[in-house]
Amino acid sequence: MGYWEGILCEGDEALAQGAQRSCGCPWIPESAQGQIIAFDELKTDYKNPIDQCNTLNPLVLPEYLIHAFFCVMFLCAAEWLTLGLNMPLLAYHIWRYMSRPVMSGPGLYDPTTIMNADILAYCQKEGWCKLAFYLLSFFYYLYGMIYVLVSS
Amino acid sequence: MHSPDGQGYSPAVPGSYSHQMPAKVPPHQSSGQYSYSGSQNVSQLNNFQGPGQTLNRPPVAAFSGSPVQQPGPAAQVLPPALQNSAAVSGAGSFPPGASPPVLSNWQYSQTPVSQPLGAQTSHLAHVPGTGSAQPPSSLPGSTNPAGSYQYAASPGAPPLQNSYMKPGSAPPPVTQPLTPLHPPRPPLGPPPVGGPPRPPAAVAGPPSAQSVLKPAVNQEGDARSAASDGSVVQNSYDAIEGGGLMATPHHSPAAPNLKVNRSVGYSYPALPPGYQHTSPPGAPGMNASALQYPDGSKHFHQPALGPNHLTASMAGLSLQQEGLRPVNLLQERNILPTTLLKAPVPNLHEDIQKLNCNPELFRCTLTNIPQTQALLNKAKLPLGLLLHPFKDLSQLPVVTSSIIVRCRSCRTYINPFVSFLDQRRWKCNLCYRVNDVPEEFLYNPVTRVYGEPHKRPEVQNATIEFMAPSEYMLRPPQPPVYLFVFDVSHNAIETGYLNTVCQTLLDNLDSLPGNTRTKIGFITFDSTIHFYSLQEGLSQPQMLIVSDIEDVFIPMPENLLVNLNENKELIQDLLKTLPQMFTKSLETQSALGPALQAAFKLMSPTGGRVTVFQTQLPSLGMGALKSREEPNQRAAAKDIHLTPSTDFYKKLALDCSGQQVAVDLFLLSGQYSDLASLGCISRYSAGSVYYYQSYHHKHNPVQVEKLQKELKRYLTRKIGFEAVMRIRCTKGLSIHTFHGNFFVRSTDLLSLPNVNPDAGYAVQMSVEESLTDMQVVSFQSALLYTSSKGERRIRVHTMCLPVVTNLSEVYLGADVQAITGLLANMAVDRSVSATLSDARDALVNAVIDSLAAYRSSVLSIQQPGLTAPFSLRLFPLYILALLKQKAFQTGTNTRLDERIFTMCQVKNQPLVYLMLMTHPSLYRVDTLTDEGALNINDRTIPQPPLLQLSVEKLSRDGAYLMDAGSVMFLWIGKNCGQGFISQVLGVPNYGSIPLNMTHLPELETAESIRTRTFVSWLREQRPFFPILYIIKDESPLKSSFLQNMIEDRTESALSYYEFLLHIQQQVNK
Repeated sequence: MGYWEGILCEGDEALAQGAQRSCGCPWIPESAQGQIIAFDELKTDYKNPIDQCNTLNPLVLPEYLIHAFFCVMFLCAAEWLTLGLNMPLLAYHIWRYMSRPVMSGPGLYDPTTIMNADILAYCQKEGWCKLAFYLLSFFYYLYGMIYVLVSS
Repeated sequence: MHSPDGQGYSPAVPGSYSHQMPAKVPPHQSSGQYSYSGSQNVSQLNNFQGPGQTLNRPPVAAFSGSPVQQPGPAAQVLPPALQNSAAVSGAGSFPPGASPPVLSNWQYSQTPVSQPLGAQTSHLAHVPGTGSAQPPSSLPGSTNPAGSYQYAASPGAPPLQNSYMKPGSAPPPVTQPLTPLHPPRPPLGPPPVGGPPRPPAAVAGPPSAQSVLKPAVNQEGDARSAASDGSVVQNSYDAIEGGGLMATPHHSPAAPNLKVNRSVGYSYPALPPGYQHTSPPGAPGMNASALQYPDGSKHFHQPALGPNHLTASMAGLSLQQEGLRPVNLLQERNILPTTLLKAPVPNLHEDIQKLNCNPELFRCTLTNIPQTQALLNKAKLPLGLLLHPFKDLSQLPVVTSSIIVRCRSCRTYINPFVSFLDQRRWKCNLCYRVNDVPEEFLYNPVTRVYGEPHKRPEVQNATIEFMAPSEYMLRPPQPPVYLFVFDVSHNAIETGYLNTVCQTLLDNLDSLPGNTRTKIGFITFDSTIHFYSLQEGLSQPQMLIVSDIEDVFIPMPENLLVNLNENKELIQDLLKTLPQMFTKSLETQSALGPALQAAFKLMSPTGGRVTVFQTQLPSLGMGALKSREEPNQRAAAKDIHLTPSTDFYKKLALDCSGQQVAVDLFLLSGQYSDLASLGCISRYSAGSVYYYQSYHHKHNPVQVEKLQKELKRYLTRKIGFEAVMRIRCTKGLSIHTFHGNFFVRSTDLLSLPNVNPDAGYAVQMSVEESLTDMQVVSFQSALLYTSSKGERRIRVHTMCLPVVTNLSEVYLGADVQAITGLLANMAVDRSVSATLSDARDALVNAVIDSLAAYRSSVLSIQQPGLTAPFSLRLFPLYILALLKQKAFQTGTNTRLDERIFTMCQVKNQPLVYLMLMTHPSLYRVDTLTDEGALNINDRTIPQPPLLQLSVEKLSRDGAYLMDAGSVMFLWIGKNCGQGFISQVLGVPNYGSIPLNMTHLPELETAESIRTRTFVSWLREQRPFFPILYIIKDESPLKSSFLQNMIEDRTESALSYYEFLLHIQQQVNK
């Protein structure tokens, strides 16, 4: 019984990590990277903040949702360590979205305030931090999956 | 764009390309390159309206559109000896003694008579007949062909042309018509005028052909300018633009109080002001004065730009001590100076400072810029700029030149603070790139001397306006378009505002800034939207009702916006009938959102100004709002609704901004109308907000008068359309945040669909890289706009400030008013993004931190008490005043809309008015004497001393005038002298002063005249008309008067002394 449970668990984890690897990981870091590039474009004057916000805002919710989805998957797989690593970011995402400016559409970025140096710097820093986090966790998941596959 | 027929925007345009594309552009097109006059406008306008205008103009980015700079001159740099000789002869032909009168006139607008004609000749050359088709204009250039002929129609004056001729290089403008005869050649030698190199003695030698001619030319110029002085005014910018407040004739004695009137002629040093970091060590120009160097060879030795170490060191010594003298605030009871505080003068070399931008236009919080961000952080003072870029100016040099000289890498406009390395190269003062001086720039149209680029008006004026060629246009300049949107719901009709507005509009219809292309339209709305067709031929305006407010459409494509001049009768008809049309309306709903959408749709093809009158909370359709104010909870700063409840208005404003539409909001409302949400429509479209609380035509006559006066100013003031403003600063500094009404389009670019002369802006700066090796830094603001006459213009302000390395100097140069202004702007942002109490704390902390930093790092001896540097002695007082201002005060007596309106004003007002609003001036007026009075135009204006804002200073037997910027109070003490009451107020005794008196009767007594001149003098200094309330003890307005007594204690706020004690406690911790 216990054996089967173990198999199931590990299979689940592999599945979760597989999913993360196949669709999530490449996508999320790219989104973070995209944001960094976008803010850099703003800073260097290449793009109108309205256009930039229009391209960025639709990407915010999917990113958050995918991340939340993985958190749920980790929860199902009872991967407590991984889940614990992801919880702060999940909480941050929830807080960030709750405290967004008054907007009718989805998204976070307001073209009228985005050019404010403080906010721009904040968004850029946020982008770098998240990129680092996603990349590190990508390798961690990869390692976890290979480890499980090899050891099973 | 530069089609060979040369009928682009202006005949001058192709000129700038003539070197680039010689094959395409017939040389004679570059005529009129240097017209310093508004006179060319006429032909420009004609061109514009002519057929075939510009439809296929390639889009050029407004600012980035790089006018191609011709590399030509680089190859043509003359050997220094030749240059010298040219310069020498130039100088020789122009005796030093004669130059001040010429310069003093600032009449670029008249002297170069040749230019309009030049333009005309080119017309004639291309399209026979156009010239004659031009309507007669009142401009001297065109009405006086005889005079113009001399210069432009060249055959008459061949020597003149030769004197300017420079073979092989770009011909100077005057020679343009003849250039086809001179095929381009490589430079063969010195310009004909110069001849072989001559010793400087040649200055006095036999006059060359040029020298002979020169005086004649100058005389002619002078004579013309003198003779035509009267008519000249029409040529000057203000008259052209309309709405210029103070279009004084150039020669009239300038009123001393108008700081704008710099007597330009004398203030110019004849030497280049520019500055040379690369100048050879020991440049002899350290204290060069204007006429010391007639010798051309020394022209490029400029006085070292930078802190005035040598010459002003003596003066600086005393200044230093005075500015840094620690003041013990707790002991100095009378801290307020008796005269209005002036902006501190940057510690620059005298010659540079003379050229610096007027502090009313451009002001920095720290006139000594700290070298590093660390130093700035240590000082705990904010670094920023306060601008009033579109202020009405009585004298503004306008340059019409085919080339606008700008730095090739950072696009900075050439300005007084650049350095000329030699005659052919200049070094940008913002990015330090070395640029070539274009050939045309070598000719100075003011002195008519060749080879003096550093004496051109661009390099002699920190504030200048350029007529922009077509590279600066994304599309043909738009016509002035005005759309008025009126709320006609039952509530609105009740207030009776429509009568006042329509009447004021009727009276001022002719003075709306504009030209023959001006368009106007009207929309009214309640629960439906009404359009008015003003089609030509209709006997009366036709009303079209759109009731589908969910999906608003424009009922007919044309005739809703009509030409003002062609349909004036119909428009007047409409304005007369409009107030009566809805008197029976019972509709209480208001569909403001859909009406604004309709206005946007109507305006988007052209851009322009939408003026919205609203009297209640919008309740229908998109943008409907709910009441959020809870009167009982006003005190709880937590629940205060300063943020918008919907982003509908913001999004619409951004759409408007994209289509160059600005929305101005007039809110006349008794109840809460959620200005926080509604205001966004103006804030992001660069409009302005006006708020009349509890407006009613019968119950509140004072508001009616206020609306009339402000609306009149609003309608007639100058306006700039489709504007952008860019702020540049020396490498190392960077822009942090902007404050004001606009949309920030990129890091340093503001999009301003409309710009008006009453709008101010603030910019927070930071020091990104350390400014080592820099003695000075410069800031430049460039405002590109379309005037109401359809001309594209660029107004450029440049300011130069010294860099310092130690903290005491930073404090020495602190500008307390500017700091207060910037902090107020930052506090508004803070209260919106965080809470009001956060913002209040931040303000108090700003004082505490800066005084603590001063105490710990600058003061060597720790004294007891609260010490502040002399420059910051008023800082705690001003911050206290801010805390007691409606925007930031606590307590239940401020209504939410009022608070938000004050916040809008803080953001949008120029610093002068903001300071008056925050800390009003108080004068005692029952004892006015002529002692120390100003004399302006035969009027004697008494100058009573400023009093501190404390009831302690009020005496029952006096009368006091409080000037709070947009409003004035005259408080009459109970035991005020009988003489004052009867002779100034015209009533027998105190009891019979009416409660709502707002005018001083025109009595012929000395006291009355004195008081009235004083009041009107105060009023003249600002563009709007402050209403004077005469109040006594029983007046309802007494509370607003007493509220401005900032130094006194109120129920919820500290007195000045208590505030100081509080700060002292924190500082000494």
